[in-house]
Amino acid sequence: MTIIEEHARSYGYTDLPALMGLMTGDEKHGPAATSTLDVLWVLYDRVLRVGPERMDDPGRDRFLLSKGHGPMAYYAVLAAKGFLPVDWLTGFGSYDSPLGHHPDRLLVPGAEIGSGSLGHGLPIAVGTALGLRAQGLDEPRVWTLIGDAELDEGSNHEAIAFAGPAGLERLHTVVVDNSSASHARPGGIVARFEAAGWSALTVDGRDHEALYTAFTAPHPGRPHVVVARVEPKNA
Amino acid sequence: MDTMRDRFAPVVTRLLDEDPRVAVVLAEIGTDGFAEALRRHPDRVVNVGIREQLLIGAASGMALTGLRPVVHTFASFLVERPFEQVKLDLGHQGAGAVLVSAAASFDWPAGGYTHMAPGDVALLDTLDGWTVHVPGHPDEAEALLRHAVAAGDDKVYVRLSVQSNAQGLPVDGERFRTVREGRSGVVVAVGPVLDAVLHATEGLDVTVLYATTVRPFDAAGLRRATGTAGTDVVLVEPYLAGTSTAAANDALADVPHRVLGLGVGRAELRRYGRIEEHVTAHGLDARSLRERIGGFLAAGGAVPTGA
Repeated sequence: MTIIEEHARSYGYTDLPALMGLMTGDEKHGPAATSTLDVLWVLYDRVLRVGPERMDDPGRDRFLLSKGHGPMAYYAVLAAKGFLPVDWLTGFGSYDSPLGHHPDRLLVPGAEIGSGSLGHGLPIAVGTALGLRAQGLDEPRVWTLIGDAELDEGSNHEAIAFAGPAGLERLHTVVVDNSSASHARPGGIVARFEAAGWSALTVDGRDHEALYTAFTAPHPGRPHVVVARVEPKNA
Repeated sequence: MDTMRDRFAPVVTRLLDEDPRVAVVLAEIGTDGFAEALRRHPDRVVNVGIREQLLIGAASGMALTGLRPVVHTFASFLVERPFEQVKLDLGHQGAGAVLVSAAASFDWPAGGYTHMAPGDVALLDTLDGWTVHVPGHPDEAEALLRHAVAAGDDKVYVRLSVQSNAQGLPVDGERFRTVREGRSGVVVAVGPVLDAVLHATEGLDVTVLYATTVRPFDAAGLRRATGTAGTDVVLVEPYLAGTSTAAANDALADVPHRVLGLGVGRAELRRYGRIEEHVTAHGLDARSLRERIGGFLAAGGAVPTGA
Protein backbone atom coordinates (compact mmCIF):
# COMPACT_ATOMS: atom_id res chain seq x y z
CA MET A 1 0.00 0.00 0.00
CA THR A 2 1.60 3.30 -1.00
CA ILE A 3 1.29 6.69 0.56
CA ILE A 4 -0.50 8.04 -2.52
CA GLU A 5 -3.17 5.38 -2.25
CA GLU A 6 -3.50 6.15 1.42
CA HIS A 7 -4.11 9.79 0.78
CA ALA A 8 -6.65 8.93 -1.87
CA ARG A 9 -8.72 7.03 0.63
CA SER A 10 -10.73 8.93 3.17
CA TYR A 11 -11.25 7.79 6.74
CA GLY A 12 -14.04 8.65 9.10
CA TYR A 13 -14.68 8.47 12.82
CA THR A 14 -15.87 4.86 12.57
CA ASP A 15 -12.49 3.84 11.10
CA LEU A 16 -10.54 5.06 14.16
CA PRO A 17 -10.94 1.88 16.26
CA ALA A 18 -9.51 -0.20 13.40
CA LEU A 19 -6.62 2.27 12.95
CA MET A 20 -5.89 2.07 16.66
CA GLY A 21 -6.11 -1.69 16.40
CA LEU A 22 -3.17 -1.59 13.96
CA MET A 23 -1.07 -0.21 16.83
CA THR A 24 -2.32 -2.34 19.68
CA GLY A 25 -3.15 -5.56 17.83
CA ASP A 26 -6.58 -5.45 19.42
CA GLU A 27 -9.19 -5.78 16.66
CA LYS A 28 -12.06 -4.88 18.95
CA HIS A 29 -10.56 -1.65 20.19
CA GLY A 30 -13.52 0.49 21.20
CA PRO A 31 -13.56 4.28 21.52
CA ALA A 32 -14.07 3.98 25.27
CA ALA A 33 -10.52 2.67 25.58
CA THR A 34 -9.08 6.09 24.99
CA SER A 35 -10.25 9.23 26.70
CA THR A 36 -8.98 11.65 24.06
CA LEU A 37 -10.43 10.05 20.91
CA ASP A 38 -13.61 12.09 20.53
CA VAL A 39 -11.99 15.39 21.45
CA LEU A 40 -9.21 14.78 18.93
CA TRP A 41 -11.61 13.76 16.20
CA VAL A 42 -13.90 16.77 16.60
CA LEU A 43 -10.90 19.12 16.66
CA TYR A 44 -9.20 17.69 13.58
CA ASP A 45 -12.44 17.05 11.69
CA ARG A 46 -14.28 20.30 12.33
CA VAL A 47 -12.30 22.91 14.24
CA LEU A 48 -8.59 23.06 13.45
CA ARG A 49 -7.55 24.78 10.24
CA VAL A 50 -4.73 22.37 9.56
CA GLY A 51 -3.94 19.70 7.03
CA PRO A 52 -1.10 17.68 5.57
CA GLU A 53 -0.76 20.20 2.75
CA ARG A 54 -0.14 23.12 5.12
CA MET A 55 2.11 21.68 7.83
CA ASP A 56 4.61 24.52 7.27
CA ASP A 57 2.02 27.25 6.68
CA PRO A 58 2.66 30.04 9.23
CA GLY A 59 -1.08 30.76 9.15
CA ARG A 60 -2.17 27.27 10.26
CA ASP A 61 -3.78 26.61 13.60
CA ARG A 62 -1.46 24.92 16.12
CA PHE A 63 -2.52 21.86 18.09
CA LEU A 64 -0.11 20.87 20.86
CA LEU A 65 -0.76 17.48 22.41
CA SER A 66 0.57 17.99 25.92
CA LYS A 67 -0.73 14.73 27.34
CA GLY A 68 1.61 12.54 25.32
CA HIS A 69 0.77 9.35 27.19
CA GLY A 70 -1.35 6.88 25.22
CA PRO A 71 -1.01 8.59 21.84
CA MET A 72 -2.77 5.85 19.83
CA ALA A 73 -5.87 7.99 19.31
CA TYR A 74 -3.69 10.91 18.20
CA TYR A 75 -1.77 8.83 15.67
CA ALA A 76 -5.01 7.27 14.43
CA VAL A 77 -6.53 10.71 13.82
CA LEU A 78 -3.33 11.99 12.14
CA ALA A 79 -3.36 8.92 9.89
CA ALA A 80 -7.05 9.29 9.13
CA LYS A 81 -6.49 12.92 8.16
CA GLY A 82 -3.53 12.08 5.91
CA PHE A 83 -0.69 13.53 7.99
CA LEU A 84 1.03 10.18 8.18
CA PRO A 85 0.68 6.92 6.24
CA VAL A 86 -1.62 4.30 7.75
CA ASP A 87 1.03 1.63 7.28
CA TRP A 88 3.24 3.41 9.84
CA LEU A 89 0.78 2.46 12.57
CA THR A 90 1.73 -1.21 12.76
CA GLY A 91 5.28 -0.38 13.82
CA PHE A 92 4.08 1.59 16.89
CA GLY A 93 6.82 1.75 19.50
CA SER A 94 9.40 -0.23 17.54
CA TYR A 95 12.98 0.87 16.95
CA ASP A 96 12.47 1.80 13.31
CA SER A 97 9.09 3.45 13.81
CA PRO A 98 8.65 7.23 14.02
CA LEU A 99 5.66 6.57 16.27
CA GLY A 100 6.68 6.14 19.89
CA HIS A 101 4.67 5.74 23.04
CA HIS A 102 5.22 9.47 23.41
CA PRO A 103 5.21 11.58 20.22
CA ASP A 104 8.32 13.33 18.90
CA ARG A 105 7.65 16.40 16.75
CA LEU A 106 10.80 15.81 14.73
CA LEU A 107 9.55 12.34 13.75
CA VAL A 108 5.76 12.66 13.46
CA PRO A 109 4.37 14.73 10.56
CA GLY A 110 1.80 17.14 11.91
CA ALA A 111 2.90 16.92 15.55
CA GLU A 112 3.60 20.47 16.70
CA ILE A 113 5.45 19.38 19.85
CA GLY A 114 7.05 16.31 21.32
CA SER A 115 5.48 15.40 24.64
CA GLY A 116 5.55 12.74 27.31
CA SER A 117 6.82 14.59 30.32
CA LEU A 118 3.66 16.19 31.67
CA GLY A 119 3.09 19.90 32.01
CA HIS A 120 5.03 21.18 29.02
CA GLY A 121 2.35 21.74 26.38
CA LEU A 122 0.44 24.62 27.96
CA PRO A 123 3.52 26.80 28.63
CA ILE A 124 4.74 26.16 25.08
CA ALA A 125 1.25 26.98 23.78
CA VAL A 126 1.41 30.30 25.65
CA GLY A 127 4.68 31.07 23.87
CA THR A 128 3.23 29.99 20.54
CA ALA A 129 0.34 32.40 21.03
CA LEU A 130 2.76 35.18 21.98
CA GLY A 131 4.99 34.41 19.00
CA LEU A 132 2.14 34.47 16.51
CA ARG A 133 0.82 37.74 17.98
CA ALA A 134 4.27 39.32 17.80
CA GLN A 135 4.44 38.54 14.09
CA GLY A 136 1.00 39.95 13.33
CA LEU A 137 -0.36 36.49 12.48
CA ASP A 138 -3.85 37.12 13.78
CA GLU A 139 -5.64 34.20 12.16
CA PRO A 140 -4.04 31.12 13.69
CA ARG A 141 -5.50 29.77 16.90
CA VAL A 142 -3.50 27.72 19.37
CA TRP A 143 -4.87 24.60 21.05
CA THR A 144 -3.41 22.31 23.64
CA LEU A 145 -4.78 19.13 25.15
CA ILE A 146 -3.98 18.17 28.72
CA GLY A 147 -5.27 15.55 31.12
CA ASP A 148 -6.95 16.25 34.46
CA ALA A 149 -4.12 14.59 36.38
CA GLU A 150 -1.59 16.44 34.25
CA LEU A 151 -2.87 19.59 35.95
CA ASP A 152 -1.01 18.37 39.04
CA GLU A 153 2.14 19.75 37.42
CA GLY A 154 2.83 23.26 38.64
CA SER A 155 4.10 24.44 35.27
CA ASN A 156 0.49 24.44 34.04
CA HIS A 157 -0.46 26.86 36.76
CA GLU A 158 2.30 29.24 35.76
CA ALA A 159 0.80 29.25 32.27
CA ILE A 160 -2.85 29.48 33.37
CA ALA A 161 -2.13 32.36 35.74
CA PHE A 162 -0.23 34.27 33.06
CA ALA A 163 -2.49 33.67 30.04
CA GLY A 164 -5.68 35.02 31.62
CA PRO A 165 -4.39 38.43 32.69
CA ALA A 166 -2.35 38.62 29.45
CA GLY A 167 -5.61 38.26 27.51
CA LEU A 168 -4.34 35.57 25.16
CA GLU A 169 -7.59 35.20 23.28
CA ARG A 170 -6.20 32.86 20.66
CA LEU A 171 -5.13 30.32 23.29
CA HIS A 172 -7.39 27.30 23.82
CA THR A 173 -7.00 24.41 26.25
CA VAL A 174 -8.93 21.17 26.36
CA VAL A 175 -8.73 19.31 29.64
CA VAL A 176 -9.79 15.71 29.15
CA ASP A 177 -11.12 14.80 32.56
CA ASN A 178 -11.30 11.08 33.26
CA SER A 179 -11.03 11.63 37.02
CA SER A 180 -7.52 10.27 37.14
CA ALA A 181 -6.04 12.88 39.52
CA SER A 182 -5.39 11.40 42.97
CA HIS A 183 -6.19 14.63 44.76
CA ALA A 184 -9.03 16.65 43.26
CA ARG A 185 -12.22 18.42 44.22
CA PRO A 186 -15.43 18.64 42.20
CA GLY A 187 -15.36 21.68 39.94
CA GLY A 188 -11.77 22.36 40.85
CA ILE A 189 -10.47 22.40 37.29
CA VAL A 190 -12.86 25.02 35.95
CA ALA A 191 -12.55 27.08 39.12
CA ARG A 192 -8.81 27.42 38.72
CA PHE A 193 -9.03 28.56 35.10
CA GLU A 194 -11.89 30.95 35.89
CA ALA A 195 -9.98 32.44 38.79
CA ALA A 196 -7.26 33.34 36.31
CA GLY A 197 -9.73 35.04 33.98
CA TRP A 198 -10.28 32.32 31.39
CA SER A 199 -13.53 31.60 29.62
CA ALA A 200 -14.48 28.07 30.71
CA LEU A 201 -17.03 25.45 29.66
CA THR A 202 -17.58 21.88 30.81
CA VAL A 203 -19.09 19.35 28.41
CA ASP A 204 -19.58 15.64 27.83
CA GLY A 205 -16.33 14.58 26.21
CA ARG A 206 -18.09 11.90 24.14
CA ASP A 207 -20.75 14.20 22.67
CA HIS A 208 -19.44 15.50 19.37
CA GLU A 209 -21.99 18.28 18.99
CA ALA A 210 -21.47 19.48 22.54
CA LEU A 211 -17.71 19.44 22.03
CA TYR A 212 -17.99 21.37 18.76
CA THR A 213 -20.25 23.97 20.35
CA ALA A 214 -17.88 24.42 23.30
CA PHE A 215 -14.81 24.54 21.06
CA THR A 216 -16.30 27.26 18.89
CA ALA A 217 -17.93 29.36 21.60
CA PRO A 218 -16.86 33.01 21.44
CA HIS A 219 -14.55 34.24 24.22
CA PRO A 220 -13.51 37.79 23.35
CA GLY A 221 -10.36 39.00 25.04
CA ARG A 222 -9.82 35.86 27.10
CA PRO A 223 -8.25 32.44 26.64
CA HIS A 224 -10.71 29.57 26.55
CA VAL A 225 -10.76 26.21 28.30
CA VAL A 226 -13.08 23.30 27.61
CA VAL A 227 -13.24 20.59 30.24
CA ALA A 228 -14.28 17.43 28.43
CA ARG A 229 -15.58 14.92 30.96
CA VAL A 230 -15.37 11.25 30.09
CA GLU A 231 -15.91 8.05 32.04
CA PRO A 232 -13.56 7.71 35.02
CA LYS A 233 -10.32 5.92 34.27
CA ASN A 234 -10.76 3.46 37.10
CA ALA A 235 -14.54 3.02 36.90
CA MET B 1 33.26 50.77 34.99
CA ASP B 2 29.84 49.59 33.89
CA THR B 3 28.99 45.91 34.19
CA MET B 4 28.23 43.31 31.55
CA ARG B 5 24.62 43.41 32.62
CA ASP B 6 24.54 47.20 32.16
CA ARG B 7 25.26 46.50 28.49
CA PHE B 8 22.71 43.72 28.15
CA ALA B 9 19.46 45.68 27.91
CA PRO B 10 20.82 48.47 25.65
CA VAL B 11 22.42 45.97 23.24
CA VAL B 12 19.36 43.75 23.04
CA THR B 13 17.10 46.80 22.72
CA ARG B 14 19.07 47.78 19.61
CA LEU B 15 18.76 44.22 18.30
CA LEU B 16 14.99 44.41 18.86
CA ASP B 17 14.95 47.55 16.73
CA GLU B 18 17.09 45.99 14.01
CA ASP B 19 15.69 42.47 13.73
CA PRO B 20 11.96 41.68 13.83
CA ARG B 21 12.76 38.06 14.80
CA VAL B 22 14.25 39.07 18.15
CA ALA B 23 12.08 38.81 21.25
CA VAL B 24 12.91 39.19 24.94
CA VAL B 25 11.41 36.99 27.63
CA LEU B 26 11.84 37.92 31.28
CA ALA B 27 10.65 36.61 34.62
CA GLU B 28 10.42 39.89 36.54
CA ILE B 29 14.19 40.13 37.03
CA GLY B 30 15.76 42.67 34.67
CA THR B 31 12.53 44.33 33.52
CA ASP B 32 13.65 47.87 34.38
CA GLY B 33 16.26 47.92 31.63
CA PHE B 34 13.66 46.99 29.03
CA ALA B 35 11.05 49.63 29.90
CA GLU B 36 11.74 51.65 26.74
CA ALA B 37 11.99 48.52 24.59
CA LEU B 38 8.64 47.38 25.95
CA ARG B 39 7.08 50.67 24.85
CA ARG B 40 8.55 50.34 21.37
CA HIS B 41 7.93 46.59 20.95
CA PRO B 42 5.08 45.63 23.28
CA ASP B 43 4.58 42.24 21.63
CA ARG B 44 8.25 41.28 21.55
CA VAL B 45 9.19 42.10 25.14
CA VAL B 46 7.35 39.77 27.49
CA ASN B 47 7.55 39.56 31.27
CA VAL B 48 5.90 36.33 32.43
CA GLY B 49 6.20 37.19 36.12
CA ILE B 50 8.05 35.03 38.62
CA ARG B 51 7.46 31.85 36.61
CA GLU B 52 10.65 30.23 35.38
CA GLN B 53 9.14 27.08 33.91
CA LEU B 54 6.89 29.30 31.82
CA LEU B 55 9.88 31.50 31.01
CA ILE B 56 11.56 28.68 29.09
CA GLY B 57 8.34 27.08 27.84
CA ALA B 58 7.12 30.39 26.41
CA ALA B 59 10.50 30.99 24.78
CA SER B 60 10.20 27.57 23.16
CA GLY B 61 6.76 28.36 21.78
CA MET B 62 7.96 31.70 20.43
CA ALA B 63 10.93 29.99 18.77
CA LEU B 64 8.62 27.41 17.19
CA THR B 65 6.75 30.27 15.49
CA GLY B 66 10.03 31.57 14.05
CA LEU B 67 11.18 34.15 16.60
CA ARG B 68 14.65 34.39 18.19
CA PRO B 69 13.94 34.62 21.93
CA VAL B 70 16.48 36.13 24.30
CA VAL B 71 15.72 34.86 27.79
CA HIS B 72 17.13 36.43 30.93
CA THR B 73 17.22 35.96 34.66
CA PHE B 74 19.74 34.93 37.32
CA ALA B 75 21.68 31.78 36.40
CA SER B 76 20.16 29.71 39.19
CA PHE B 77 16.63 30.46 37.95
CA LEU B 78 17.48 30.29 34.25
CA VAL B 79 19.31 26.97 34.06
CA GLU B 80 18.86 25.11 37.33
CA ARG B 81 15.25 25.66 38.35
CA PRO B 82 13.71 25.02 34.89
CA PHE B 83 16.32 22.51 33.77
CA GLU B 84 13.82 20.04 32.34
CA GLN B 85 12.31 22.83 30.26
CA VAL B 86 15.79 23.65 28.97
CA LYS B 87 16.32 19.99 28.12
CA LEU B 88 12.90 19.29 26.57
CA ASP B 89 11.27 22.56 25.48
CA LEU B 90 14.43 23.70 23.71
CA GLY B 91 16.61 20.64 23.05
CA HIS B 92 14.03 17.93 22.45
CA GLN B 93 11.69 20.24 20.51
CA GLY B 94 14.55 21.31 18.27
CA ALA B 95 13.96 24.94 19.25
CA GLY B 96 16.68 27.52 19.76
CA ALA B 97 17.05 30.43 22.16
CA VAL B 98 19.65 32.69 23.70
CA LEU B 99 19.77 32.28 27.47
CA VAL B 100 21.52 35.19 29.15
CA SER B 101 22.23 34.80 32.84
CA ALA B 102 23.33 37.16 35.56
CA ALA B 103 24.75 36.64 39.05
CA ALA B 104 27.13 33.84 37.92
CA SER B 105 28.84 31.76 40.63
CA PHE B 106 28.88 34.30 43.47
CA ASP B 107 28.25 37.79 42.13
CA TRP B 108 26.06 38.51 45.13
CA PRO B 109 27.72 36.71 48.03
CA ALA B 110 25.55 38.46 50.60
CA GLY B 111 22.58 36.85 48.85
CA GLY B 112 23.84 33.41 49.79
CA TYR B 113 23.78 30.02 48.07
CA THR B 114 20.24 30.38 46.68
CA HIS B 115 21.57 32.98 44.27
CA MET B 116 24.78 31.19 43.33
CA ALA B 117 25.02 28.96 40.26
CA PRO B 118 28.54 27.55 39.96
CA GLY B 119 27.08 24.43 38.31
CA ASP B 120 25.31 26.09 35.37
CA VAL B 121 27.87 25.28 32.68
CA ALA B 122 28.35 21.72 33.98
CA LEU B 123 24.59 21.19 33.84
CA LEU B 124 24.38 22.42 30.25
CA ASP B 125 27.24 20.01 29.50
CA THR B 126 24.80 17.14 30.00
CA LEU B 127 22.90 18.37 26.94
CA ASP B 128 23.77 18.39 23.27
CA GLY B 129 24.35 21.36 21.04
CA TRP B 130 24.78 24.28 23.44
CA THR B 131 27.16 27.10 22.70
CA VAL B 132 28.45 28.66 25.92
CA HIS B 133 29.96 32.15 26.01
CA VAL B 134 31.68 33.40 29.18
CA PRO B 135 32.74 36.99 28.55
CA GLY B 136 35.40 38.52 30.78
CA HIS B 137 34.63 42.19 30.14
CA PRO B 138 31.56 44.30 29.26
CA ASP B 139 32.92 44.95 25.75
CA GLU B 140 33.28 41.22 25.20
CA ALA B 141 29.80 40.65 26.60
CA GLU B 142 28.40 43.08 24.06
CA ALA B 143 30.18 41.36 21.18
CA LEU B 144 29.20 37.88 22.34
CA LEU B 145 25.57 38.88 22.87
CA ARG B 146 25.40 40.07 19.27
CA HIS B 147 27.12 36.88 18.16
CA ALA B 148 24.66 34.75 20.12
CA VAL B 149 21.54 36.42 18.78
CA ALA B 150 22.89 36.20 15.22
CA ALA B 151 23.61 32.46 15.53
CA GLY B 152 20.57 31.30 13.56
CA ASP B 153 18.39 29.07 15.70
CA ASP B 154 21.27 27.78 17.84
CA LYS B 155 20.96 27.19 21.55
CA VAL B 156 23.33 29.68 23.15
CA TYR B 157 24.11 30.45 26.79
CA VAL B 158 25.75 33.76 27.67
CA ARG B 159 27.04 33.93 31.23
CA LEU B 160 27.26 37.52 32.44
CA SER B 161 29.05 38.45 35.64
CA VAL B 162 29.96 41.55 37.59
CA GLN B 163 33.45 40.08 37.79
CA SER B 164 35.52 41.52 35.00
CA ASN B 165 39.02 41.93 33.68
CA ALA B 166 40.40 45.48 33.42
CA GLN B 167 40.67 45.41 29.63
CA GLY B 168 38.46 43.80 27.04
CA LEU B 169 40.00 41.74 24.24
CA PRO B 170 38.74 41.02 20.74
CA VAL B 171 36.51 37.93 20.77
CA ASP B 172 35.31 35.90 17.78
CA GLY B 173 32.68 33.72 19.46
CA GLU B 174 34.61 30.54 18.68
CA ARG B 175 38.32 30.25 19.42
CA PHE B 176 40.67 30.60 22.34
CA ARG B 177 43.02 33.54 22.10
CA THR B 178 46.73 33.28 22.89
CA VAL B 179 47.66 36.07 25.28
CA ARG B 180 51.06 34.84 26.41
CA GLU B 181 53.45 32.21 25.04
CA GLY B 182 55.75 29.92 26.97
CA ARG B 183 57.30 26.45 26.83
CA SER B 184 56.38 24.73 30.06
CA GLY B 185 52.65 24.38 30.27
CA VAL B 186 49.35 25.77 29.01
CA VAL B 187 46.97 27.69 31.25
CA VAL B 188 43.46 28.23 29.93
CA ALA B 189 41.79 31.21 31.60
CA VAL B 190 38.03 31.43 31.14
CA GLY B 191 36.36 34.84 31.07
CA PRO B 192 36.73 37.03 34.17
CA VAL B 193 39.59 35.03 35.73
CA LEU B 194 42.09 36.20 33.09
CA ASP B 195 43.58 39.09 35.06
CA ALA B 196 44.16 36.88 38.10
CA VAL B 197 45.71 34.17 35.90
CA LEU B 198 48.05 36.63 34.15
CA HIS B 199 49.11 38.02 37.51
CA ALA B 200 49.58 34.52 38.95
CA THR B 201 51.68 33.26 36.03
CA GLU B 202 53.90 36.35 35.83
CA GLY B 203 57.44 35.09 35.24
CA LEU B 204 56.34 31.49 34.65
CA ASP B 205 57.27 30.01 31.27
CA VAL B 206 53.69 29.14 30.30
CA THR B 207 51.32 29.78 27.45
CA VAL B 208 48.10 31.48 28.55
CA LEU B 209 45.04 30.94 26.41
CA TYR B 210 42.01 33.12 26.95
CA ALA B 211 38.65 31.40 26.49
CA THR B 212 35.41 33.37 26.21
CA THR B 213 33.61 30.65 24.26
CA VAL B 214 33.96 27.35 26.14
CA ARG B 215 31.40 25.25 24.25
CA PRO B 216 32.15 24.05 21.74
CA PHE B 217 35.56 23.64 23.39
CA ASP B 218 38.39 24.85 21.15
CA ALA B 219 40.20 21.51 21.10
CA ALA B 220 42.30 22.50 18.09
CA GLY B 221 43.43 25.68 19.85
CA LEU B 222 44.49 23.77 22.93
CA ARG B 223 46.34 21.15 20.88
CA ARG B 224 48.13 23.85 18.92
CA ALA B 225 49.30 25.49 22.14
CA THR B 226 50.68 22.20 23.49
CA GLY B 227 52.89 21.99 20.41
CA THR B 228 55.39 24.39 21.96
CA ALA B 229 54.25 24.55 25.56
CA GLY B 230 53.87 20.84 26.28
CA THR B 231 50.88 18.90 27.51
CA ASP B 232 50.67 20.03 31.12
CA VAL B 233 47.35 21.86 31.06
CA VAL B 234 45.71 23.98 33.76
CA LEU B 235 42.12 25.10 33.35
CA VAL B 236 40.97 28.06 35.43
CA GLU B 237 37.21 28.46 35.23
CA PRO B 238 34.93 30.92 37.06
CA TYR B 239 32.35 28.16 37.67
CA LEU B 240 32.56 24.61 39.04
CA ALA B 241 36.16 23.34 39.12
CA GLY B 242 36.83 20.67 36.52
CA THR B 243 33.88 21.56 34.28
CA SER B 244 36.10 21.48 31.18
CA THR B 245 38.53 18.80 32.32
CA ALA B 246 36.86 16.12 30.20
CA ALA B 247 36.90 18.38 27.15
CA ALA B 248 40.63 19.06 27.62
CA ASN B 249 41.30 15.34 28.08
CA ASP B 250 39.37 14.56 24.91
CA ALA B 251 41.38 17.17 23.01
CA LEU B 252 44.61 15.44 24.04
CA ALA B 253 43.38 11.85 24.05
CA ASP B 254 46.17 10.56 21.79
CA VAL B 255 49.11 12.10 23.67
CA PRO B 256 50.33 11.72 27.25
CA HIS B 257 49.10 14.73 29.17
CA ARG B 258 48.13 16.06 32.59
CA VAL B 259 45.20 18.31 33.34
CA LEU B 260 44.50 20.33 36.49
CA GLY B 261 41.01 21.78 36.73
CA LEU B 262 40.69 24.85 38.95
CA GLY B 263 37.51 26.75 39.63
CA VAL B 264 34.74 27.11 42.15
CA GLY B 265 34.65 24.37 44.77
CA ARG B 266 31.71 22.02 45.09
CA ALA B 267 31.31 22.40 48.84
CA GLU B 268 28.86 25.00 50.03
CA LEU B 269 30.77 27.69 51.94
CA ARG B 270 27.75 28.98 53.88
CA ARG B 271 29.38 32.39 53.91
CA TYR B 272 28.12 35.80 52.82
CA GLY B 273 30.45 38.76 52.47
CA ARG B 274 32.16 40.17 49.38
CA ILE B 275 33.11 38.73 46.00
CA GLU B 276 36.85 38.99 46.73
CA GLU B 277 36.38 36.91 49.86
CA HIS B 278 34.72 34.16 47.84
CA VAL B 279 37.38 34.37 45.13
CA THR B 280 39.98 33.74 47.82
CA ALA B 281 37.95 31.06 49.57
CA HIS B 282 37.81 29.11 46.29
CA GLY B 283 41.53 29.60 45.68
CA LEU B 284 40.99 31.75 42.62
CA ASP B 285 42.98 34.80 43.77
CA ALA B 286 46.33 35.39 42.09
CA ARG B 287 48.41 34.19 45.02
CA SER B 288 46.52 30.89 45.42
CA LEU B 289 46.51 30.36 41.67
CA ARG B 290 50.25 30.87 41.46
CA GLU B 291 50.80 28.36 44.20
CA ARG B 292 48.54 25.74 42.65
CA ILE B 293 49.61 26.27 39.05
CA GLY B 294 53.29 26.43 40.01
CA GLY B 295 53.03 23.28 42.12
CA PHE B 296 51.28 21.35 39.37
CA LEU B 297 53.78 22.35 36.71
CA ALA B 298 56.79 21.71 38.95
CA ALA B 299 55.54 18.18 39.60
CA GLY B 300 55.30 17.50 35.88
CA GLY B 301 57.84 17.10 33.17
CA ALA B 302 55.71 17.05 30.08
CA VAL B 303 57.52 18.02 26.92
CA PRO B 304 56.31 19.88 23.84
CA THR B 305 54.57 17.59 21.35
CA GLY B 306 56.15 19.52 18.51
CA ALA B 307 52.82 19.52 16.70
